Amino acid sequence: MKLKPGAVITEPGSSERYETGGWRTFRPHIDDSKCTGCGICWLFCPEAAITKDKPPKVDLRYCKGCGICANECPVKAIIMMEEGRK
Amino acid sequence: MKQIMDGNEAVALAAKLARVKVISAYPITPQTTVVEKLADYVSNGELDAEFMKVESEHSAMSACIGAAATGVRAFTATSSQGLMLMSEMLYVAAGLRLPIVMTNANRSISAPLSIWCDQQDSMTVRDSGWIQLYCENNQEILDTTIQAFRISEELLLPVMVCYDGYILSHTLEPVDCPDQADVDAFLPRYNYPYALDPEKPVSIGAVGVPEYYMEFRYLLQKAVQESKAKIVEIDREFKRRYGRGYGILEKYQSDDAEVVILTMGSLSCSCKDIVDSLRQRGEKVGLVKLKSFRPFPTEEIIEALGRAKAVAVVEKDISLGYAGGLFIDTAAAFVNTGKAPLMINFICGLAGRDVTSAHLKQAIRETQKAAETGKVEKKIRWLGLQEKLVEE
Repeated sequence: MKLKPGAVITEPGSSERYETGGWRTFRPHIDDSKCTGCGICWLFCPEAAITKDKPPKVDLRYCKGCGICANECPVKAIIMMEEGRK
Repeated sequence: MKQIMDGNEAVALAAKLARVKVISAYPITPQTTVVEKLADYVSNGELDAEFMKVESEHSAMSACIGAAATGVRAFTATSSQGLMLMSEMLYVAAGLRLPIVMTNANRSISAPLSIWCDQQDSMTVRDSGWIQLYCENNQEILDTTIQAFRISEELLLPVMVCYDGYILSHTLEPVDCPDQADVDAFLPRYNYPYALDPEKPVSIGAVGVPEYYMEFRYLLQKAVQESKAKIVEIDREFKRRYGRGYGILEKYQSDDAEVVILTMGSLSCSCKDIVDSLRQRGEKVGLVKLKSFRPFPTEEIIEALGRAKAVAVVEKDISLGYAGGLFIDTAAAFVNTGKAPLMINFICGLAGRDVTSAHLKQAIRETQKAAETGKVEKKIRWLGLQEKLVEE
């Protein structure tokens, strides 16, 4: 890939190739038994990295670990765990 | 056809001949009459352009950036505080590699408040990625401004044409004005490859994350440095067409000179007179007039000054806490060459202080003394300073 002068991007949607998951320090962990499938985490995720399923799936290629999903979950089904911990 | 005009009119006429499509400018002394003249051209139908009256120079440059990104020829003009106010956007224009031409009528910077000429304003933004070309007279202003559009559009780099406020901006001189057809032939239609177009979407101004930012700065530095060849090529083509060329620098009686003055802008004209009169007395003095300050033509400077015993770098600006910008860069050009002429930096003409022939002769005498003795007593000298007012 050659860089274009002036950092112009000529290919729409190319930011999909920039995986921001590497920014993450904390990873969302979902307790499937508590999840009601309300979709609030899906709605609030600023990276659109959570699916609207029951239980939802997190796309860790893009999840930056911001923790908004855990903060918004009405039944506390999501906790943030430090990366590398089990 | 020759016409009598001041430097500001030469700028306005050049922009008209270049058929600029967007003019976004804010009036500031001593640039004001450039904007007035362009507004006249637009209102009386001589120029088909969008004339944007903006609320500040920051907006003027921002609008030029937007206009250039849509693929039209954009132009603005400023001076001094106006250039300072738009400085943030100057870096953006260069970083985005947008071809924009701006003329700057050189004026001092506050405080103290002053509307008079020196070159502190453009010197202060030398690191912005803009090409900077300095002019000696009104003919050169017209010719350089026309060339600037070609340089800018072929290289995708913004170009600043600098000329001394009042000394040129408000002084009438005969100027040979090219025909519209001639300029049309010299300046092809502007064709920006990434022009904003809903059919071909692009992103402009994306974040430069640490993984990529350095590469973009490297590419910008490479583009500005390598622009030298294109500036020379376009100037040669201009000369073939109009019989006038300026080069990246001009050597005036300097080839066999023991003492050489190096300067930029209208001072070159006075220096040529002094060189002529001293040459008649058999003194080996010469002048190097630097036209392109950015890119700084290191090899040409070494070639032009390398044989001299001593060089007087005469300039109307100072990097406070060190020396004049031209002096600093010229000294740096000789680093690692193993042989450099002695150099003295003469700071003069700040905020319109007259630089007389007596001052320039004094600079030459001091530099000749250095050449004879092989010693420089004081590296930085102020010419025409009223010492009684500043002594403790």
